[in-house]
Amino acid sequence: MSLTLTTADWLALFTHFMSLSLLSIGGAITTAPDMHRYLVTQQGWLSDAQFSSSIALAQAAPGPNVLFVALMGWNVGVNAGGGVTAGARAWGFGLMGVLVAMIGIMLPSTTLTYAAARWGHQNRELRAVRAFKQGMAPIVIALLMATGWVLGKGQGDAARDWPLWLLALCTALVIWRLRVHMLWLLGAGALLGWMGWV
Amino acid sequence: MTSPSRSTPRPRSLAELFWAFTWLALQGFGGVLAVVQIELVERRQWLTREEFIEDWAVAQIMPGPNVVNLSMMIGDRYFGLRGALTALAGMLLFPLLIVLALAALLAGVADAPQIQGALRGMGAVAAGLIAATGLKLMAALKRNVMGWVMCYGLIAATFVAIAWLRWPLAWVLLGLGTLACLWAYRRLGVLASGDSDE
Repeated sequence: MSLTLTTADWLALFTHFMSLSLLSIGGAITTAPDMHRYLVTQQGWLSDAQFSSSIALAQAAPGPNVLFVALMGWNVGVNAGGGVTAGARAWGFGLMGVLVAMIGIMLPSTTLTYAAARWGHQNRELRAVRAFKQGMAPIVIALLMATGWVLGKGQGDAARDWPLWLLALCTALVIWRLRVHMLWLLGAGALLGWMGWV
Repeated sequence: MTSPSRSTPRPRSLAELFWAFTWLALQGFGGVLAVVQIELVERRQWLTREEFIEDWAVAQIMPGPNVVNLSMMIGDRYFGLRGALTALAGMLLFPLLIVLALAALLAGVADAPQIQGALRGMGAVAAGLIAATGLKLMAALKRNVMGWVMCYGLIAATFVAIAWLRWPLAWVLLGLGTLACLWAYRRLGVLASGDSDE
């Protein structure tokens, strides 16, 4: 895939990601549907395959999931630089895409969070701040359990996905009750998947 | 709330902060949160369980990637803005390089069934890890001002709303979150005005 991006296009990409940043409550992944609409459908800067492989790869690699945004920026840049076969020029554009996308998605939300967290910490003895923290504690805990549940359920096809679900459940119990390093469990999960057993 | 005599381990330098976050980000396959809890609360003990939940509540309701918000807040706590930026860099720099290298290398083979299977298996383990984090943190609710009945009721309601009914996160946080915070606010007032209950 090869295309041409003007300075105005780069700026549009940057401001679009800045606006999504402020909407990304619950993580950048919640804005993925809108990124698809903008990058793939409206602008045609990314192919469908590039979009979904960006998300899958970032999920599998170590690190925060937000890095899927960096991969999208990379792919847009490589496309703008003439595609993977164009060599150094494509790599340069790819790195520019990474910077534009990551700074766009991070700057507004981190600035806002930084200010809010500072204020909260300075006023931590206020009754309202304490009430917020005490009140949110059980909800936050439940959200973690629910996230594990939703991710562990797979695609929702119970007949086919039950081994996956069982693997997630066993992992949860083992980590909760025993002292096992999670890298062992991740390795076991990868092996079971490689063999086609889950 | 937490006893003032607690001898708190803390990062001694920006470099230690940077490498701590780099190390935990690199262990986070399919998400970093479970690793943050294990590394920072259980192993290094820079945070108590209670502090972790409080910070996580803020990181969760602000826009932006949750673990990135959390790392920034923790860095800020120890070294101010420099700490926030250092933690942010630690969380993102090496994972970003790795994910870009993977994208460049794996361009052709990511569709092989074994690779897909391994990714699926690791995904299930990652889901179990997140759920286990929630289970472990339940112990921190013992000292919550709302009392255990309210806490477990809120956990059940939030879990059902998110995991089974799949309500939007914003509604759940606004609805149940407001209810919980108001109840906690009232309880804090009752506790402050006299020790008639308990």
